[in-house]
Amino acid sequence: MIPRFAPLLPELILGIGATVLMMAAAFGGRRASGTIAWLSVALLIAATFALIGAPSHAGPVFEGIVSADLFASFGKAIIFPAAAVAIIAANGWFERGTEHASEYAVLILFSAVGMSVMVSATSLISLYVGLELLSLASYVLAAYRRTDERSAEAGLKYFVLGALASGILLYGISLLYGFTGTTSFAGIAAAFGRGAPSLGLLFGLVFLLAGLAFKISAVPFHMWTPDVYEGAPTPVTTFFATAPKVAAVLLSTRVCIDALGPATDAWRQIVIVAALASVFLGAVAAYGQTNIKRLLAYSSINNVGFALIGLAAGGARGASAVLFYMAVYVVMTAGAFLCVLWMRDGEGRPVEDIYSLSGLSQRQPLFAFAMFVFMFSLAGIPPMFGFWPKLVVFRAAIDSGYVALAVAGILGTVVGAYYYLKIIKVMYLDEPAPPYAPVREPVQAALVLLAALVVSPLGYLLIGPLGALTDRAAGALF
Amino acid sequence: MGAVNGLPLLSLLIIVPLAGAVLCLPVKANAARWIALVSTLIVFAISIALWVAYDPNGAQWQFVEKLPLGGGINWALGIDGIALVLIALTAFLMPICIGASWRSIDKRVPEYMAYFLLMEALIMGSFAAQDLFLFYVFFEGGLIPMYFIIGIWGGAERVKASYKFFLYTLLGSVLMLIGMLYMATTAHTTSIPALMAHDFPVEAQKWLFLAFMASFAVKLPMWPVHTWLPDAHVQAPTAGSVILAGILLKLGGYGFIRFSLPMFPEGSYTFIPLIFVLSGVAVVYTSLVALVQRDMKKLIAYSSVAHMAFVTFGLFAMNRQGIEGAMLVMLGHGFVSGALFLCVGVIYDRLHTREIDRYGGLSDNMPGYALLFMVFTMASIGLPGTSNFVGEFLSLVGTYHASSWAAVAGTTGIILGAAYMLWLYWRICFGTLRHKDAAAMSDLSLREWWLLGPIALAVFWMGIYPESFIRPIRNDVGRLLVRLERVAPAGDSRIHLAPMKMGAMDHGATH
Repeated sequence: MIPRFAPLLPELILGIGATVLMMAAAFGGRRASGTIAWLSVALLIAATFALIGAPSHAGPVFEGIVSADLFASFGKAIIFPAAAVAIIAANGWFERGTEHASEYAVLILFSAVGMSVMVSATSLISLYVGLELLSLASYVLAAYRRTDERSAEAGLKYFVLGALASGILLYGISLLYGFTGTTSFAGIAAAFGRGAPSLGLLFGLVFLLAGLAFKISAVPFHMWTPDVYEGAPTPVTTFFATAPKVAAVLLSTRVCIDALGPATDAWRQIVIVAALASVFLGAVAAYGQTNIKRLLAYSSINNVGFALIGLAAGGARGASAVLFYMAVYVVMTAGAFLCVLWMRDGEGRPVEDIYSLSGLSQRQPLFAFAMFVFMFSLAGIPPMFGFWPKLVVFRAAIDSGYVALAVAGILGTVVGAYYYLKIIKVMYLDEPAPPYAPVREPVQAALVLLAALVVSPLGYLLIGPLGALTDRAAGALF
Repeated sequence: MGAVNGLPLLSLLIIVPLAGAVLCLPVKANAARWIALVSTLIVFAISIALWVAYDPNGAQWQFVEKLPLGGGINWALGIDGIALVLIALTAFLMPICIGASWRSIDKRVPEYMAYFLLMEALIMGSFAAQDLFLFYVFFEGGLIPMYFIIGIWGGAERVKASYKFFLYTLLGSVLMLIGMLYMATTAHTTSIPALMAHDFPVEAQKWLFLAFMASFAVKLPMWPVHTWLPDAHVQAPTAGSVILAGILLKLGGYGFIRFSLPMFPEGSYTFIPLIFVLSGVAVVYTSLVALVQRDMKKLIAYSSVAHMAFVTFGLFAMNRQGIEGAMLVMLGHGFVSGALFLCVGVIYDRLHTREIDRYGGLSDNMPGYALLFMVFTMASIGLPGTSNFVGEFLSLVGTYHASSWAAVAGTTGIILGAAYMLWLYWRICFGTLRHKDAAAMSDLSLREWWLLGPIALAVFWMGIYPESFIRPIRNDVGRLLVRLERVAPAGDSRIHLAPMKMGAMDHGATH
């Protein structure tokens, strides 16, 4: 029996660990929160190391419900550390004025299991189960500061809209199941392969993609993102913008390629429209924002658009570009949100107005410099490393003959550059505003430093190894 | 020949200023000034070593270094003569810029010096890069330090000017990026030397040419996409203007000569009329605009646009005189416009206004200044014996050979150039000392002599013995001409200069 479970070792570690820690949290109360947080981080690190070996190569397990392949492992190798960062980001955040500080880490662990299932799912059922495990944990997380009106509103909004999206997704799944008689990706692909798809199949495909688009917050299903990102406590926003995004994008990639591969022409147009709409709306809508979390929410919409350009390009090159993009995206975004976490006034209250960053370069030069690296990287301005994943994506699009798509995407980067530049301008060109409380979080500071180094020009040294890894991971889909 | 004495000189050109930039940040203002000066002087010394070690009759690409980074980008460096002279120009102007900022910049000095050194590293990288994407990274990266230099230390309207500069040039550059992606995909290489020998389909060349032109025309700048330049110049601090006019604009010309002409000969040929019309309009129109300026910096900024039109005229004449002339105009303009901005900076530091009417009669109380300003004014006009004469003359000869109408427009520019420069000089240095505060200004300090003196020497050196500057580029221009042979325009001049090569005219010993 044991060998059968070997490919699922990371999920087992996290699942069992989370259950045990949930008990500990229930009985230990607030006092245990620090210990539980660090134990959760340790579990996530252990799960990351457990990816080596069988979980990366075993192939289909449990009659093909999930697949333990390199593609899934690559996703998990991003998701687990990103989830750990979200736990570290909350260090000391909830202790003040929240009853249940210790459950935070446990909820993150459960959602990590959900995401883990998502990226390995090769059947509509496991897809849905993974997605819901993530979503339910996320709804609670969004409303985590339940006495805070904005947090409660964010949780409710997320739940209502998320439930609607799940409904749409389920409807799509039921149509696909009804018209193909199977829930396995391979079976669906075979059904699509038998000549022109029927109307029912196409409807199923559209609803499935619409549900997924909600989860990755691609335009036109992005409405919830700015509100939820703004209202949720900042550590939770850090989490939302990183790991779940990767999981959902990777899941969509696998669905599009594995299950809907023969119907590429049908989904490609949807993905192209969503990609371009996300790139431009994400860029334009961010113009008037003065709340940094809202602005970064639009930035994440914008970035998902670029990743989708890679997906639209299709083929192994395109899938590899998506993986590359998401890997660097997570580092940039996590770094940027950790910086946002440090925006606190003299009494330790979080500040979210971008004008509070005024003259930061003169008050806290290192903090400002880290933000500078993340902003230029997100904008994709060389010599920052954030430029390279964009280039990889555009290159994949041009390789597949989608020159116009690449052109539009590249022009989108210029539109987007403006608001990133605005943050830089506020930090470097404006007169200093009242200072923030000093940062007393060595672990977070180390993480920001690490992230800044990765997306600084030094990141170009990673192109070789990371590129080879994404190529191999994408190869697992074909 | 990977390096001289085992030293990767080209990498050092990039690493030394970068290291200097990092060192500047944690120290006090004065230490930062010295670190910046020493690093730029080291870079200058390296560039002299490169110049000495460069063999004009040797291989096309020298000092080659290559380190694959994977994923289709290489740390590939190497220079030919064209890159060499531009690297030398950059290395020469940089210490002068640091010197020019010595006293006039007094807030956030370490940051300022760091941005300047970062800028130098990126510019050097752009000239030395042999990989398409590496070039793009350096080329585009130069926006960031310049954005800060204008935005933090600029004049009253600095924020607007810095935004305009950044977004304008970014938009131009991303179009080039599209072209680069296409090239890397179809030619299966990102090596610039390999692409310079690659023949793209004629139809694709036209599109690629336009994509690259979008970037280089903004950078150079050509009319009508020059509007960012006067704003940026007026708002930038003196040293920022020197870098902008002296070196950054040259990246545009370098781009045409390195990418557009050799990689898309047919594409270039197709758009010669467009380039000539834009250049002709630029020469006449911006010269007229320069005539009516009341702000000294704006006047010189517009004159830069006019001078850069000689570069495009010369390059797209596609003959030896034209291309060598264009290169010399770039070098000469690098010296002269840099020096003119420094001259403006000298009196701006004393009176804190760039309004021409606030000066007058300075030759009475600032004779040394009046002398040097005269030298640079004459050089800007293109007086024989100064640097710009050689370049402008050659470039116009080349242009005349390609199209006499273009040459007519170009020559008009020289006349108008004389008008606005002489008038500027007259209004500032001659006449009576009407303003008390202007009369109280002291003559050049020793530091300022050190800044302007070397440029004056360079201006005369280039004017009297241009061979020093033509020798390194002669063979490279020859290679470019071989590439352009099949498309070079026949011209309407009916004067057949073709057999007379510049090499034969000068010494003829190099072939």
